[in-house]
Amino acid sequence: MDGRDDGPLIDRDVIERTLGVALARGGDFAEVFAEDRAGVTARLDDGRVEELSSGRSRGVGIRVVRGETTGFAHTADCSPAGLAAAGAAAAAATESGGAGRVAALPDRPVGPGPRAGLLPGTVAKDAKVALLERADAAARARSGSIRQVSAAYADGRRRILVANSDGVFAEDDQVRTRFTVTCVAEGDTGLHTGTESPGRTVGFELFDDVDPEEVARVAADRALALLRARPAPSGRLPVVLKRGAGGVLFHEACGHGLEADLVRRDASVFRGRVGEMVASPLVTLVDDGTYGREWGTFAVDDEGTPARRNVLIDQGVLTDYIWDLVRARAAGRPSSGNGRRETYRHLPMVRMTNTYLVAGADDPSDIIADTEHGLYCAALGGGQVNTATGDFVFGVTEAYLIEHGEITEPVRAAQLIGNGPETLRLVDAVGNDFDTWAGTCGKDGQGVPVSAGQPTLRVAELTVGGTAS
Amino acid sequence: MSEAPPDLDAIVAAIADRAAPGEQVEAYANHAVETDVKVHGGSVAELTVAESGGVGVRVVVGGRLGYAWVGSLAPDLVAGVLDEARDNARFAAPDEHNDLPTAADAAGVAVAALDLWRDECTTVPTAEKVALALALERIATGLDPRVRGVESVHYGDAAARSAVASSLGVRASSRRTVSSCSVSALAGEGDATRTGSGFSVGRTLAELDPDRAAHDAVTRATRLLGAAPVSSRRVPVVFDPLVTRSLLGILGAAVNGEAMNKGRSMFLGRLDQPVAAASVTLVDDPTDARASGAAPYDAEGIPTRRNPLITDGVLCGVLHNTATARRAGVATTGSAVRAGYASPPGVGARALALAPGPRSPDEILRIAGDAFFVQSVSGLHSGTNPVSGDLSLGAEGLLIRDGELADPVRGVTIASTVPRMLRDVVEVGSDLTWLPGAAAGLTLLVGEMALSGA
Repeated sequence: MDGRDDGPLIDRDVIERTLGVALARGGDFAEVFAEDRAGVTARLDDGRVEELSSGRSRGVGIRVVRGETTGFAHTADCSPAGLAAAGAAAAAATESGGAGRVAALPDRPVGPGPRAGLLPGTVAKDAKVALLERADAAARARSGSIRQVSAAYADGRRRILVANSDGVFAEDDQVRTRFTVTCVAEGDTGLHTGTESPGRTVGFELFDDVDPEEVARVAADRALALLRARPAPSGRLPVVLKRGAGGVLFHEACGHGLEADLVRRDASVFRGRVGEMVASPLVTLVDDGTYGREWGTFAVDDEGTPARRNVLIDQGVLTDYIWDLVRARAAGRPSSGNGRRETYRHLPMVRMTNTYLVAGADDPSDIIADTEHGLYCAALGGGQVNTATGDFVFGVTEAYLIEHGEITEPVRAAQLIGNGPETLRLVDAVGNDFDTWAGTCGKDGQGVPVSAGQPTLRVAELTVGGTAS
Repeated sequence: MSEAPPDLDAIVAAIADRAAPGEQVEAYANHAVETDVKVHGGSVAELTVAESGGVGVRVVVGGRLGYAWVGSLAPDLVAGVLDEARDNARFAAPDEHNDLPTAADAAGVAVAALDLWRDECTTVPTAEKVALALALERIATGLDPRVRGVESVHYGDAAARSAVASSLGVRASSRRTVSSCSVSALAGEGDATRTGSGFSVGRTLAELDPDRAAHDAVTRATRLLGAAPVSSRRVPVVFDPLVTRSLLGILGAAVNGEAMNKGRSMFLGRLDQPVAAASVTLVDDPTDARASGAAPYDAEGIPTRRNPLITDGVLCGVLHNTATARRAGVATTGSAVRAGYASPPGVGARALALAPGPRSPDEILRIAGDAFFVQSVSGLHSGTNPVSGDLSLGAEGLLIRDGELADPVRGVTIASTVPRMLRDVVEVGSDLTWLPGAAAGLTLLVGEMALSGA
């Protein structure tokens, strides 16, 4: 559980033999995915470092594809015998007679990407714990109304190796670090919470850029603002999304609907619409697994395809979906580097990486000044979409009224709802600023790290689910 | 894939027995064999067979708590976990309440005799599981001409075992099987598509009812065809049992002893006070074998028991594990839960249920008169706050006119606060249904909520 394990996860000749076993009973494609992950979590709550936890898991997932059918088996037994047993189990699920062909693997794997600066395993645990105490003090110093502070430090190192019967052989070494502060403020209107949670695909050098005290102040101020918040308005309103805060809207409103597995199952409103104008011409949407060291960044995806920048909507025109290997093979095209899986115990699916709306020309302050009456959203709490209908919701956790072109009073948390294609058409102002947001994207029970980003922008109308009459 | 299941009792006992003088050690291990089938278009899309397991170790030294885990039952990897947990304990703050559960904490409550295991769940041939999933898809697509396909069809089962042992004398182990199938139907008319889901749960394949799952999914999808937003208004709301089940989860978080201890519950300071209409009685009873979350022991080896939480509208109970109970100066309620071996025990409900009322769903619709029937909600995680009680959810369903389901509705939100909804409960249905997850559902009529729409 330290940072020193750098050897190959599985020997090349064991992989080749396992691929042979996996295709011994027929099949078009076989893949061996090995993963070794280790991480540390430290939690402070109620003024005390409650616990430090560390863990490790290591295992292999093997899949065999024949036609439209995928057989999958996984095991924590990484010995040659364990791999052979899992390979045979995956093969049994797709048995067709005859044997599939295994291409020779290159001598060395592709990757990994650039190494993290400070591997978490090389950093003393007390340095991680000290960050929590700094955040606790800073949040409590913000106001006497702050009743509770919890802070969490989490790091993880994930080494993967992928090889398949087409001759793909790749590895990656992904290190992620995240810091979260949640504050509870108490006042006449009851208890209110505020959270801030920056994360990047880096090691302990995250804290060269991220100041634990500043994270704590943002979380505390978010909770404190709610103390004087009015009930949120109710009904259709113009909504201005602060830079960074609204990326998740585009992740939900349209990103999921562009995932090729959902499109192929006829479960997307964007099916059959490539080349069409699906959004306001102000909208250019990109999914980019190579973008900086953001939360959704990697060198190769979980099927061995190098990450890349994919333009999905170009000035309003739908240009492409995002693809994993199996869906791309079936469609006779290359993967877009979007095949991801939560762990070796999961099958890969089409997933987003860092999804962002490209900055435009408007001055953010002009967008607000140009809004007579609306809602200004400064922080969102996640969302959900029905890709088949395009209907989405997302929670607003920090929002203010816009009255006569000015940001005025804070309002309480509320849900925003809309329809993906409709919302894309209703984007009527896009700012020249930009920021990102880190989160976990859930799909079919698998969570993967993603980021979303956007400039300050306005949607002409969304339904705000408040309680104000 | 292995012939004999690993001996979890021996694995956890061996770790607990290594406790040094002055040290408390608890080991937890689990192991599961799972099958998962997804079909689409009349053929198998994915078939997964898997075996997994792992160990988590808690150590307390001088009031300092350390935790470490490994996602494997291999002896060489398991051997290092205790030392890692010991090392982690050095960095935590000491706390006088950090005593692990003792044999005395586990005594005094009889262990429920629960029949949660079906041998046949482990012997059903894979081909039968595939056949059930294919049949489910066939039934769902054949029930109504407006169904143009399925979004997903799934069958899954698991045979799971777990064991806990501590140096303070706790020993507990249990096993259970679960089996389920689900379908999400796509109904279409013109350009519009609506979705609806149905499922069935049991402890082995033979206990499943795919006809009902298909029928529910198709009914739910087709009755929403033509749905549109309606104008904003204040309306009484009738919740489908599935939605009630989800709302109970919010209450579960509010009666959580850890949240109470830390001042993070909407029920803070409300114990023994009315918090709901008199028709509301809420119990968490993991000893009810019908519940998906039924279990004889909690996640730290304490026997589970029936815990009344709200009786006739009065808040009367809070759920605790050993640590939160010690901090609150009360006894554990056997409510330790854990997400798996990778996290130490927290507190949570396993089998929440409202006491059913006298009226059927149809009678409740008639009482509601003109109201909104909510078939499904979205944004539960982002739209509810267990601390403030604020609630705002995306909703779809049907208007109720003159006591009958009428126009379908989508694209609206419903909002209130949880304390207000509890006070506004008008009717609790007689249709108690055990569902997947940690709660049961039934039809519920709430006096008034804010609907935001077009």
